[in-house]
Amino acid sequence: MSLNIENIREKFPILHQEVNGKPLIYFDNAATTQKPLAVIEALSHYYKTDNSNIHRGAHTLADRATRYYEQTRSLLHAFLNSKEVEEIIFTKGTTESINLIASTFGKKFIHAGDEIIISTMEHHANIVPWQMLCEEKGALLKIIPITEAGELDMEAFASLLSSKTKLVSIVHVSNTLGTINPVAEIIEKAHAVGAKVLLDGAQSTSHLEIDVQALDCDFLVFSAHKLFGPTGLGVMYGKKEILDSMPPYQGGGEMIKEVTFEKTTYNELPFKFEAGTPNIGDVIAFGKALEFINEHGKNAIKAHEDDLLAYASIELSKINGFIPVGTAKNKISVISFNIKGMHPFDVGMMLDANGIAVRTGHHCTQPLMQRFGIEGTVRASFSVYNTKLEIDSLVSSLSKIAKIKNK
Amino acid sequence: MSIQQIQNEIIEEFQILGDDRESTIFYIMELGGKLPEMPEKDKNEENIIKGCQSKVWLTANESNNKINYLADSNTDITKGLISLLIRVLSGRSPNEIIEADLDFIEKIGMGNIIGSQRSNGLAAMIKQMKLYAIAYQAKLNTSI
Repeated sequence: MSLNIENIREKFPILHQEVNGKPLIYFDNAATTQKPLAVIEALSHYYKTDNSNIHRGAHTLADRATRYYEQTRSLLHAFLNSKEVEEIIFTKGTTESINLIASTFGKKFIHAGDEIIISTMEHHANIVPWQMLCEEKGALLKIIPITEAGELDMEAFASLLSSKTKLVSIVHVSNTLGTINPVAEIIEKAHAVGAKVLLDGAQSTSHLEIDVQALDCDFLVFSAHKLFGPTGLGVMYGKKEILDSMPPYQGGGEMIKEVTFEKTTYNELPFKFEAGTPNIGDVIAFGKALEFINEHGKNAIKAHEDDLLAYASIELSKINGFIPVGTAKNKISVISFNIKGMHPFDVGMMLDANGIAVRTGHHCTQPLMQRFGIEGTVRASFSVYNTKLEIDSLVSSLSKIAKIKNK
Repeated sequence: MSIQQIQNEIIEEFQILGDDRESTIFYIMELGGKLPEMPEKDKNEENIIKGCQSKVWLTANESNNKINYLADSNTDITKGLISLLIRVLSGRSPNEIIEADLDFIEKIGMGNIIGSQRSNGLAAMIKQMKLYAIAYQAKLNTSI
C-alpha cells in the first residue's frame, strides 16, 4: 500500500517552516532524520510524569521508567529479530558502539599478526578505532577496494580473507554514496575463515528490513537519530555467546553484580555493557520512533524513497555540469554529486539560500574522497517525508547555480 | 578614499541587494571572480590560513610603507569574501591596517549570510592580515 505522504509530513513539526524566505526542503536525512511529534512529546512526557532512575527502584515512578525503558529494548529485539532481548545494548551512538567492540572484543580476541578487514567506503568511525586497536596490538588493517561505480570489489575481498582474518567490519550502506553492500555474501565468506563480522548499520537500519538472525552477523551497530529518534543514543547488537565472552567496557554502577574491595563480579547482559545511569528519556522516546516506522512499514517507506531516488537521478542528470559520485546498481535514497567547476561548499550555500538543506564536504569518509580524487561532494539524501515537488525545487535551484560555471 | 569610506561604499552596495540571500551570494561570488591572480607557487602550505574550512592562501608584500595582499581560495564564495577584505585593506600602511575597525562585516550582516563556520574563517583571514601588518610595523620601527 502506498503511503499518504502529506499525512506523514503533518507528523513532523519542523518541516513546516520557512528558511531564508523559502519553504524548508530538508535533504540532509543521511546526517540525521527529523523527529515525529510522538517522539518529541514522549521525551517531554517522560520528564513531566515518569522521570526516575531505572532498575532497583522501590517506587512507582522507578518502576514505570524501567518498564518503558525496557519496552524500547523489546521493540528493538523485534525490529532486528534478535534471538534474545539481552543482545540489544544501548550506547551513545554508532561511534560508541564500534569503540565498545574495539575496546572489549578487540582487547580479548585480536592479537599480534591478526588481520581486520574494512573497506574504502567506511566512515571514519569504522576506520579510526581499528587503526588504534591494530597499532596497540600489532595487528594489520586490510582494506577492500571499490570500483569506479562505488561498489565493493568482491574478488579483492575474497583474496584478502585468510585464517589470519579475525574481524570484518563493514558498512552495510555507504553514507556518502548510498551503495548497499552485499553483506550476506560478506558474512558467509568471513565466517568460512572463522572471522566475526560487524555491520555498521548507521545508514541501513532506517531503510532496509534487517533480520540479524537471517543475516547471521555477529554485531550490528547504529544510531537512533538516523531513525527518527533522539540524538546521543545508539544500539549495539551482538550475538549473546560473543557478548558473554567479552570483557566489560566501562566500570561503574548498573554493570556490577557484587562489589567488594577485593573483587567485583559483573552483571548479566545487557547491563554488563550499560555502566552508569543510561539515557533513559531518549531511549523511551526512541520507542515512539520505532513505532512510527513499524506503523508505516519499512517496505512501504523504502518503496517511496526508491521512487524519489529514481526520479531525482533522472532529473538531476539533465543539469549541465552535473557529475554524480557513486552510481552503484543497488542504492538507498542518497545522491552524491558535484557541479563542474564549483566547490561543494558554494553549491550547498546557494541551495541553502533557496531553503534547501543538503550536506557538503567529505562526509567523514576522507579515504573515499581520496579514492575518487575529489575534495568532497554535495549530498542530497531523501526520507519518507520528502516529495517529488521538493526534488523539482532542488533541480530548478541547482540548474540556476550550475549555469554560473556551465553556460 | 579612507578605509572607512571604502567600507561605507561596500555597505551601500549590499544595501541595494537587500534581503535577497541568493543575489547576495551570487554577488559575493562575482566579486571573487575579479580577485587578482595569485601566483601558483604561492599557493603552498606556508601561506595557508589556519581556521578556514575551505583552503585560503594569503601573502603580503610591503613597498613604500604600504602593504599589498594577494590571496586565493578553492571556493568562490570565500574568494569573494577575501576580495572585500583586500579592497578595504590592501595598499594601506601597516598602522592603518592595525587600527582598522572593520565594521562593514557586521553592518552588511555577513555573519548571517555566511553562517558561523565561515564567519570563523573570515575572522581568521582578518587576523592573519593584521598579523602581517603588525610584523611589518615592527620591522619599520626597528629600522628607524
